[in-house]
Parts: sequence; structure tokens; C-alpha cells
Amino acid sequence: MSTTMSSGQQEQRSGFAGGVQVRAATGINEPKISIEEVDFFYGDHRALKSINLELPDRQVTGMIGPSGCGKSTLLRVLNRMYDLYPGQRATGRAMMDGHNIIAPDMDLNALRARVGMVFQKPTPFPMTIYENIAFGVKLHEKLSKSQMDERVEWSLTRGALWTEVKDRIHTSAMGLSGGQQQRLCIARTIAVRPEVILLDEPTSALDPISTLKIEELIDELKHDFTIAIVTHNMQQAARCADQVAFFYLGEMVEVAPAAQLFTAPKEKRTQDYVTGRFG
Amino acid sequence: MSASTSTSGAIPGPAKDQTVARALGRRRHRTNLIVKTLCVIATAIGLLLLASILLTLLWNGAAGLSLTVFTNTTRPPGSNGGLLNAIVGTLIQTGIGTLIGTPIGLMVGTYLAEYGGHSPLANAVRFVSDVLLSAPSILIGLFIYQLAVEPFGGFSGIAGCLALAVLVIPIVVRTTEDMLRLISPSLREAAVGLGAPKWKVIVLICYRAAKDGIMTGILLAIARIAGETAPLLFTSLGNLNWSVSLGAPMASLPVTIYQYAGSAFEDWVQLAWVGALLITVGVLALNVAARFALRGRS
Repeated sequence: MSTTMSSGQQEQRSGFAGGVQVRAATGINEPKISIEEVDFFYGDHRALKSINLELPDRQVTGMIGPSGCGKSTLLRVLNRMYDLYPGQRATGRAMMDGHNIIAPDMDLNALRARVGMVFQKPTPFPMTIYENIAFGVKLHEKLSKSQMDERVEWSLTRGALWTEVKDRIHTSAMGLSGGQQQRLCIARTIAVRPEVILLDEPTSALDPISTLKIEELIDELKHDFTIAIVTHNMQQAARCADQVAFFYLGEMVEVAPAAQLFTAPKEKRTQDYVTGRFG
Repeated sequence: MSASTSTSGAIPGPAKDQTVARALGRRRHRTNLIVKTLCVIATAIGLLLLASILLTLLWNGAAGLSLTVFTNTTRPPGSNGGLLNAIVGTLIQTGIGTLIGTPIGLMVGTYLAEYGGHSPLANAVRFVSDVLLSAPSILIGLFIYQLAVEPFGGFSGIAGCLALAVLVIPIVVRTTEDMLRLISPSLREAAVGLGAPKWKVIVLICYRAAKDGIMTGILLAIARIAGETAPLLFTSLGNLNWSVSLGAPMASLPVTIYQYAGSAFEDWVQLAWVGALLITVGVLALNVAARFALRGRS
């Protein structure tokens, strides 16, 4: 916990690590979510081991590590998605604004309105583009028709999709391309006006141009939202994230500002992974 | 595998024999030809039987087709009778049977896919539904006879509707459960991730995503009950006169076909052919129309 804060202030350089361009390190903000001693179990299998991590407010936290290391599992703790599946449970604390997300009495639907999630594969609902956005909004707010129109336009604009679809928002969302569908999913998440957005490998099913658009979008969104992004692509983590956490075999090995993690990691395992020696 | 063998490049075993490779290739080709021929023959037999049934039906049915079939009710032999009461009776009973059976089947299927899982109750319900699916339909007729005919002192149209509804339920249960289970978990998670309660996820997202499949199930059920005779024999019985009262015995095409086809009167036999043609064409038209409508939207 304390490493995050102290290391945030010291590094003020940008650099290259194995040909990877790394964003210049800026200070790390106060945490929006503090994860403290979180363990996670799939039945008897312990998938997360005493995770401590802080997600800085209105900044991007990248999570990297080989498959099966627990990155996605940690994201699914933060909006309690695991509650859908009996046999999965988490222990420990994930504090957001003084409340423990993991507490059994948490109001899950209210939590998920505050902590939105975008998935690996685009998941448009089988309805029109407009209805896709309105679906989430209607769950939490009562808006008039004109207010809803306004919200749909606002979120599609923020999702960098408005100009492409404004003439066909009343047609099926299934007709959009993969990249457009993913931006629709991001717009749909923003429309609910969450405080935190969890991105679970949001570009792994997309082509490079769509990927670039989403990355630009993330850069733009972090002014208003706290973002956590799981990615297998280290360049992406380096491009998007303010701080990066490296996971390995269910442990959070190291967290540091992106520049520092990629150029001067403290841990040998982190160094081996970011230089491509394993993983 | 050790590093030395994997990098040396030598493949273990004897060198590849081209004559053996060619012989194996010929054998594969022969087997392929035999299996393909058998498949084509089997398909041809199936298609021939189907075409023969349809052509015979069309030939004999079309011969008796005239306006009086649709304007006149069933009459004694030789007095220019039609099938009006049977047609209307079938429409009413199939319609009401579907309207009663579909919501029940939909809800049971939803319970099995979304809530029951593999609990003992869900497994029991699934088992009973599957047994019902393959139960002889005359048993369903007898069941409704005990339940809705005997206690109320007589055969009635509503009893026929109930018997058909019982047939609809297991078909809709099975397709609803199967179609809901096919929906990818990620779509559910996406809806849940926006803060949607479970029932809204099911009603607003899952039903929409599974709509085509569920509709197909309902159509299958309609096609099945439109041609059922046995469950109606003990329930709505049949009625030679015009009647649309659900409290009285009601005519239907299948029962009329059953009565007329075996009769000694030439015009009755002719009407039975027409009735059979009408049911077949009706069900076919419904299927085609639904398929067209579903494709047009997606």
C-alpha cells in the first residue's frame, strides 16, 4: 500500500523498456478503491493471495501478468460479479468511499451502478443502439424522453461513437462492427455515470485501428472516471496506464507508476515478465 | 521430449513409403464414396416418402376443394356438406390451447434454466416434462376426461383446449430451457454489470436473445396440436352442427377426418382428404410465415 504512494512521487521520467514507449510518470492520486488483504476462492482453489492494491482516483491502473494469474478475478471482485456463481467467494476488504465492497450486506445493484464493467468480447444487447444505452440508465434513473435522448447522445459522444451512428441509433446494435460494438459497450457503461470503470481485456478481440480508438478513449475518460484495465498487451499497459500492477500465480508482485515498472522494476519476476523472458 | 531430439530435426521411425501412402489414400477415397452413397440413398428414401404423401394429399384433397367446404357445415352424406364447423373448431381449440399452454411452458422452462439448476425439484420437473413430451396423447385425453369432462357432465370445447394445452407445455418447456441455456454467460454478466436485477436480465435481455428459438418451439407445438385427434376424442368429442360454445362439444378437423375417412360415403371420404390437406397447408403456411417474419427482423 505505502509503496504505491511513496514511489508515485519519486519517478518523474519517461523512457523505453524493450522498445516499449512508456508514458511520462505523473503523480499518483489518492486512492478511490483500497484493496486490502483480499483472498479469492473458486471452491477450494485459492486464486488470489492476500492482494493489497490501491486504485488511484481518476487515473488508470493497468493489470498485467500471464493467463490465470488472477487479474480478471480481481476485477470481478470489485463489482461482485462472482456473486453470480455459487462456490466463488472473496475475503478481505475492498474499501470504496468508506464502504467495504466485499461486505455481505452490500447493495449489489447500486454497487454495479457505481462500478461499471466492459468485457473482453463486445456484448451488445439484442436491441437497438438507443435501447442499449437506455437499458442501464432506466435501471437507476427516471428520465423524460428528451432527457434520455440527451443522455444517449452524451454517452455515445463520450464513447467516441456518436458521429458514426447518429443516423441509425434506432437500428439493431448487432449490425455494428466489433470495434463499434465495444465502444457501444463502453458508452453503455458510462451512461449509468459510474465512478469506476473496469475493463477486462477490452481490445483483445479487436483489430489495431479499433484498439487505438479505444485506447484514445481511455485516455479521455480518465479525467472523469477511475479506471482499471486488465491486458495481456504490455505496450497497451504502458500506453494507457498511470500505474501498473504485475500479477503472478495469484499474487500481486509489484505495483508502480508505469514508467518505473517497465524501466526499473524492483522484483526479479516483474523484470523477467516485462522483458519477455517468460509468460 | 528432451531438447536434443526436438532440435535435431530427425523424425523417428522408418522413412515414408509412397506406395503405402497411396494405398491408404485410395482406401480413404473408397470408404468416403461408400458412406456418401449410403447417405444419399437414405436421404432419397426419406424425401420420396414425404413427397409421395404430400402429392397424394394434394391430388386427392385438391379434387374436393370448393367454396362450399368453407361455407357449409358438416351435413349428412349426399347433401353438399362442408367443413366450416370443423375448421373454426380447430382454430379455436388450437388457439386457446396454445394461449393456455405457452405461458405455463415458458415459465417452467425459465425456472429450469434460470433458477432450478440441478436441484432435486428441478430435476424432477425436467423428468416429468420429458415423460409428458413422449406420453401417448390419448392418455392426455383420458386425463382431461377425468378432470374436465366427467365432473362437469359432458364433453366440451374447453376440455379439448385443456387437453391440447397439456400437449403444448412440455414442448415449450424443453425449447425454452434449451434456448435460455444457449445464451452466453457474458451477455448476462453485461446486463448484471449495469446493475440489473436478475428478473430484468431474464425478461429484458435473455428472452430477447432467445426469442427466435422460443418462437420456433411454440410453432412446433402449434403444428403438433393442430393435427392431434386422440386427445380430442375424449374431450371435445366432435360436433356435426355449428357450435362455437366452449361449454358444448366442438368439432375439429382431425376428429372429422377420423370419422369421415373410414366412412362408406364417397363425399365424406372426399371431405376427409380436403381436411387433411387444409391442416397440412395451414401448418406449413404458419411455419413459412414465421420463418419469414423472424428473418426479416434480424
